[in-house]
Amino acid sequence: MKHLDEYRDGALARGVARRIAKEAQDRRVYSFMEFCGGHTHAISRYGIEDLLPPNIRLIHGPGCPVCVLPSGRIDEAIELGKRDNVTLCVYGDLMRVPGSNGASLARAKANGADVRMVYSTLDAVKIAENDPRRQIVFFAIGFETTTPPTAMAIRLAQRKKLENFSIFCNHVLTPPAMRKILETSDSQALPLDGFIGPAHVSTIIGTAPYRAFAREFQKPVVVAGFEPLDVLQAILMLILQVNGGHAEVENEYIRAVTEDGNRIALAEIADIFELRESFEWRGLGEIPASGLRLREGYWEFDAERRFPVDKRFARDNPACECGAILRGVKHPRDCKLFGGACTPETPMGACMVSSEGSCAAYWSYGRFRAFERKAAE
Amino acid sequence: MNKIDLLGRKLDLRHGCVDLSHGSGGRAMTRLIADIFHAAFDNDWLRAGNDQSAFDVSAGRMVMTTDSYVVSPLFFPGGDIGLLAVNGTINDIAMAGARPLYMSASFIIEEGFPFVDLQRIARSMGAASRAANTPIITGDTKVVERGKADGVFISTACVGAAPKDVELSADRARPGDVILLSGSIGDHGVAVMSKRENLSFETDILSDTAALQDLVAAMMAAGHASIRAMRDPTRGGLAATLNEIAYQSRVGARIDEAALPIKPQVAAACELLGLDPLNVANEGKLVAIVSPEATEGVLNAMRAHPLGADAARIGEIIDDDHCFVQMTTAFGGLRIVDWLSGEQLPRIC
Ligand code: SF4
Repeated sequence: MKHLDEYRDGALARGVARRIAKEAQDRRVYSFMEFCGGHTHAISRYGIEDLLPPNIRLIHGPGCPVCVLPSGRIDEAIELGKRDNVTLCVYGDLMRVPGSNGASLARAKANGADVRMVYSTLDAVKIAENDPRRQIVFFAIGFETTTPPTAMAIRLAQRKKLENFSIFCNHVLTPPAMRKILETSDSQALPLDGFIGPAHVSTIIGTAPYRAFAREFQKPVVVAGFEPLDVLQAILMLILQVNGGHAEVENEYIRAVTEDGNRIALAEIADIFELRESFEWRGLGEIPASGLRLREGYWEFDAERRFPVDKRFARDNPACECGAILRGVKHPRDCKLFGGACTPETPMGACMVSSEGSCAAYWSYGRFRAFERKAAE
Repeated sequence: MNKIDLLGRKLDLRHGCVDLSHGSGGRAMTRLIADIFHAAFDNDWLRAGNDQSAFDVSAGRMVMTTDSYVVSPLFFPGGDIGLLAVNGTINDIAMAGARPLYMSASFIIEEGFPFVDLQRIARSMGAASRAANTPIITGDTKVVERGKADGVFISTACVGAAPKDVELSADRARPGDVILLSGSIGDHGVAVMSKRENLSFETDILSDTAALQDLVAAMMAAGHASIRAMRDPTRGGLAATLNEIAYQSRVGARIDEAALPIKPQVAAACELLGLDPLNVANEGKLVAIVSPEATEGVLNAMRAHPLGADAARIGEIIDDDHCFVQMTTAFGGLRIVDWLSGEQLPRIC
């Protein structure tokens, strides 16, 4: 753990914090969005905001795969799981995500649907191998980071000639979502001076894909690791760019991320998946060319083709502000349900389920700040 | 005619397994109890063969607790379900500042459970109860059909005694009190998880399961009037225990991450699994809330005992209507330490 300790060192952090305080100009506000839930989690867990001057604002972005999944997809998955011969394999985070009318995979399981929690795609393949009479559907979800393991599972199923394995594909892409935020952001509601760019996602796609919109929208992007010191360092780099009037893509996470990413993984993804014309994101709506589906050569592994389910358009709880929070225009404390009706025990929205969701992170690590704020006002 | 003849053939401890007849109240059951449980727990009360046991009580306060154990896997690095049951029950008594005296143990056994495993569990219970001077003096056995239990479930009860003036309670923490922790956190949970199906990983961490009554006695001797509360942070980890104390006492707590003893292997395993060591279970640690002037004396007494060698002062109780447990992170920020919601689940990405 020595390696990680260096990135959590309090003395080093105070050093970077001092530089941030020195560089940040008093007369302006700096607003940076951390795109990824991993960053949101680190910021809350290590109390990074306590080390920043008050004129630096961190805005939580939509980079939590569970949070941006529209509830209709949960309803569709529940439909799949209810079929007699289907076993639905899901990552644990998904179990308690609310679908419509209080439905969830956990509840479907309690009512008899065969829903199983797995830790990796390979667990799902193994289940398919061991139980050839049942149809095993893997709920594939996540950004570019989790796409290669899904690709690997499909390769494996293909090699083993498994006829009872398929995936319910919900993989999405990061850059189109970042672009959408910039395109729709009104600078009044959401002043945005730059992005802390994704860590794990960038190990796959590299830093190059961010270049186009950094230039087009004149916003700096600093790709950063998920350790707290990475985040602080990225904030400093963003401030320096803003002060100097630059809008470049910089890489703080050089220990893992290259310009071009992981070519082998990218080639494998490109071989198996293709872009959907459009995919719905909670909070951001339909985003063109932002989701993946299986290519024709792999249709036999596509659960949506094997077991056609009607497309569902579920409405989220109208009081839930997840959408606005995912766009960065609201904060969890602005939601009337936060901490009352909605807590991790009884989540009303997806942002309260995943540990990467803004509401869950704020509830678990930072909610005392809401009371401090109130007391100060 | 001796007893063995009366009960028929001895159990085939090497190859046999429990079947439904061993729970039916007949000869087979008596045989099972004699060959496995009485042999392992061995004391005069059991030898008397009654459905209950009698003992004298001393003056002072009696303390009583009950607990059940359903751990999976049953055997893990550093212990097994039996050891856990005895130590855990004793600790519940010890946390009241009391001396454990006598225990009971009931077993719900799944049909097909191997005698060897049952014997291994019973023997470690016998050894642990002898080491803690707390004999198991009564018990019960039930056998359920295959699939209706997971190997074996154990239920225990224990009585203990404390002097009249000892009144430890989790609602007695006051702002300014100091929080002491007896040693490293997360060892038990990580040891058990390392052997779970689907999750198995290599680690040399052993469960910390231990009976804490001697450590507690040393602490009580050093300053029982100034110890307000003690609790062992088992399920839910240190985070749950601190939240319980804060909630019951209507106070807040602030701890210091840098002061928390955490073994590097435990930190590494938690990192790998996306878990927070503060939420991971312990089975041989205690948290004590102590009034500030007695801190030194109690801490020294803890450190002088092998089970408290790594004891540390980890924070203090503060005034807070919201009963938040806060932590100054090693990084320099502040965050909440919350109860765990639902199961701890590894993250997606
Ligand atoms: S607190 Fe709950 S209801 Fe409100 S926005 Fe967050 S997830 Fe939705």
